[in-house]
Amino acid sequence: MVNLPGPLEIYPLLPGTNCKECGEANCMAFATKMAEYTVKLQACTPLFKEAKYAKKLEKLKVLVTPSVREIVVGTGEKAAAIGAKLVLYRHDLRYLDPTSFFIDVADNMDTEALTKRVKEIEEWTYMYIGMDLKLDGIALRGVSKDPQTFAKAAKKIAEISSWPIILCSLDPAMLAAGANAIAKHRPLLYAATMDTWTEVGEIAIKHNLPLVAYAPGSLENLSTLANTLRAMGLEELILDPGTISGSLLGTTVDNFTQLRRSAINMENDILGYPLLVTPLSVWADHRDGEAPELTKWNEVITAAAMIVRYADIVILHSLDMWTNLPLTFLRSNLYTDPVKPVAVESGLMEFGNPGPDSPVMYTTNFALTYFTVESDIKQGNVAAWLLVVDTEGMSVQSAVAGRKLTADTVAEAMEEYGVAEKVNHKILISPGMAARISGETEESTGWTVKVGPKDSSGIPKYIQQEMWKKE
Amino acid sequence: MTEKKDSGTSSLDDLFGDFAELVLENVTIELDELKLALRPMVQQMAKSQAAAALSMPKSLIPASFTKPLGEYTSSIQEITLGATKGQGGTRGNTITVGGHTAPAWDLFQAPPKHIPVVAADVFDMPISLASVVKTHYKEVLDDPAAWAKLSVDKFGADIITLHLISTDRQLGDTSPNDAAKVIEEVLQAVKVPILIGSAGDPAKDGPVLAKAAEVCEGERTLLCSATVDVWEPIAEAAKKHDQIVLSWTSIDINQQKELNRRLLDFLEPRQIIIDPTTAALGYGLEYAFTIMQRMRLAGLLGDTELNYPISSGTTNAWAAREAWLKDPALGPRELRGPIWESVTALTLMLAGTDIFMMMHPAAIKTVHDLIDWMKERRDVKPEDYVDWTKMTIPEGV
Repeated sequence: MVNLPGPLEIYPLLPGTNCKECGEANCMAFATKMAEYTVKLQACTPLFKEAKYAKKLEKLKVLVTPSVREIVVGTGEKAAAIGAKLVLYRHDLRYLDPTSFFIDVADNMDTEALTKRVKEIEEWTYMYIGMDLKLDGIALRGVSKDPQTFAKAAKKIAEISSWPIILCSLDPAMLAAGANAIAKHRPLLYAATMDTWTEVGEIAIKHNLPLVAYAPGSLENLSTLANTLRAMGLEELILDPGTISGSLLGTTVDNFTQLRRSAINMENDILGYPLLVTPLSVWADHRDGEAPELTKWNEVITAAAMIVRYADIVILHSLDMWTNLPLTFLRSNLYTDPVKPVAVESGLMEFGNPGPDSPVMYTTNFALTYFTVESDIKQGNVAAWLLVVDTEGMSVQSAVAGRKLTADTVAEAMEEYGVAEKVNHKILISPGMAARISGETEESTGWTVKVGPKDSSGIPKYIQQEMWKKE
Repeated sequence: MTEKKDSGTSSLDDLFGDFAELVLENVTIELDELKLALRPMVQQMAKSQAAAALSMPKSLIPASFTKPLGEYTSSIQEITLGATKGQGGTRGNTITVGGHTAPAWDLFQAPPKHIPVVAADVFDMPISLASVVKTHYKEVLDDPAAWAKLSVDKFGADIITLHLISTDRQLGDTSPNDAAKVIEEVLQAVKVPILIGSAGDPAKDGPVLAKAAEVCEGERTLLCSATVDVWEPIAEAAKKHDQIVLSWTSIDINQQKELNRRLLDFLEPRQIIIDPTTAALGYGLEYAFTIMQRMRLAGLLGDTELNYPISSGTTNAWAAREAWLKDPALGPRELRGPIWESVTALTLMLAGTDIFMMMHPAAIKTVHDLIDWMKERRDVKPEDYVDWTKMTIPEGV
């Protein structure tokens, strides 16, 4: 079903000099990592620099090009790499290039409001298990219908921000003005349609820009449009089959699924491009003066469905924490490498140089539980011992219910990792969610068990206030 | 298949508490089906032609499109929960889940044979709940029958799951006979099928669920759950009283197969529903998503140890602190909590969940809406898509 090249197919096409410029020990090691898609071909610099490798390079490019091509929007560090999908199901390998979130800006906002909104987009962030979740880009919408206004707004954004930009208008005159203004920043043009493909295609050719093909309501039309744009020589395409939510969400999900399946399972090359979804379309039904929460709710639901179902770019309007937290979390989850184990190693972990007086806590070896607890302890900047009990990768609550975290398994872990030798007290802090086994654990370990906070976000305060030492 | 009941709830506003005034609109559009055809060879030729001559095309170059149909050799078991009077039970309706012949929501292949359903969680004693959940149930926390009735009448639950947590030795140690009384009260209070959950106490789960199986004789209830540690007494009771068993494992597909093999020594395939554990959005959801997706696909390809309808303990979404933390920087938790439960449900729905065990009324309503929106392909005319590039959105929202 999914036919990915192996290292032995890749290796003969590399220089074979073992020059180590890519950072790997030799060409075979690089080929192996190429086959796992954990390194980029560009890392093999001799292939690109030396003319004698030109033929090999061409062959390699064909061999390792994903079924869904990778399109880059913007320039520099903030450029968004989009697409690069090799598989339909994440368990078949993993999903590359996490969905990019672009937030809309209207071109008719006054400069102050526009500047403020761009800043808000750039500053939206949340710390999640040691990562800073962020948004990715700005989608400038041609609300003014005036090419000059549109170009001016594009210029302003490019001046105050280095983030990638999508120029959004179905009017070729608007796109021409916008592209003229900021072409060197490599914006994505949205969009060429069945009616405007000649003019918009030419703008894309003139400025060498990536382009969205938009043909709503018919996958046959979208195929025809993509086919035509390719015939013009445009290879950096992104596809938009149209987004409708509400009672037509099923159709939207189905269209995206058919497109991605066609590209990956049917090897339909014409459709081998990233997909763009516009959950902000739900705002078309929003009336001035109405409470915006329901519209935001629908925007989140639509975006979530499409993040699961193959959207590579999402254009959103909402900038709230409650709307974008679930979406950035969802993206982070689905784009995690599925071979990442559910469990971390059990053992006794040290935080902040703990000594014999430091508190001893325990948790389970479910990776997400462990990383969350780890992140909370680090944020609290406290010294502590953390005993990681092997619960076969179950969270505290599930492990207590499933009998993987018991008084006995805690006692065994205490013994195995020599906790008693590390400290001069006999107080063990249990997760709040394991309160029900605390009595039995006192019996099995001979230690005093203090029930800590139910959620590990309470750990810093619990330790700083020395609550574990209190009666 | 279940008929969508009129839940009496048409607005999300009361479901959010008094947070905001929100109105739902229903939109229905009917259109003809697309006719599509794919010819990969022709496309390859078009591509090579395009590469050869890059002259500007004078008109659109047609390309056809064919539905990318997959080949699935098998189907998911069809399981009916509940029994009406004529069938030996006392329920007003039955609910059938599963029966699918295609990956979840691949409508172009085949729509779901039976749409998913929501089972509202009811507990037999007051428990600690996130405050934005509790506010909807505060009047009924010590009355499981009233709690069940509220969940059905006001929040539109298709099924009730009665969790007999007071039978836990640490939480009251009530007897199987006490539990039987509560079950009878709930059976009296509502007409929808009910499911029975045990406390997760290894010493009590067997006897409590065995008693439940006996009390629910004829009702075709789901006994939640058999685990790798406690499964035999539950399987025996289900066999004796013709009930269904929830086979619950912890995100491990091999363990799921192993437990199902053991259960099949006692039970018919039509007596098993599987639950590979639901982890919350942000806290392991991807494991649940992928394992459910793999199980559904394996089932469709003929794995008779995995071709069962899937149940999700979606209420676990509330284990994510982001769902309930009172932190103004994260926005109102009256919205954040239920959207967390909704997105958790939606993600697993797309992986193939058939039964959602849920709590927040707004999340229950959202899941019902989603099922309604996604249950069939409704084609749309190009002009029905709005030009969002020039629409006006009020500033500051």
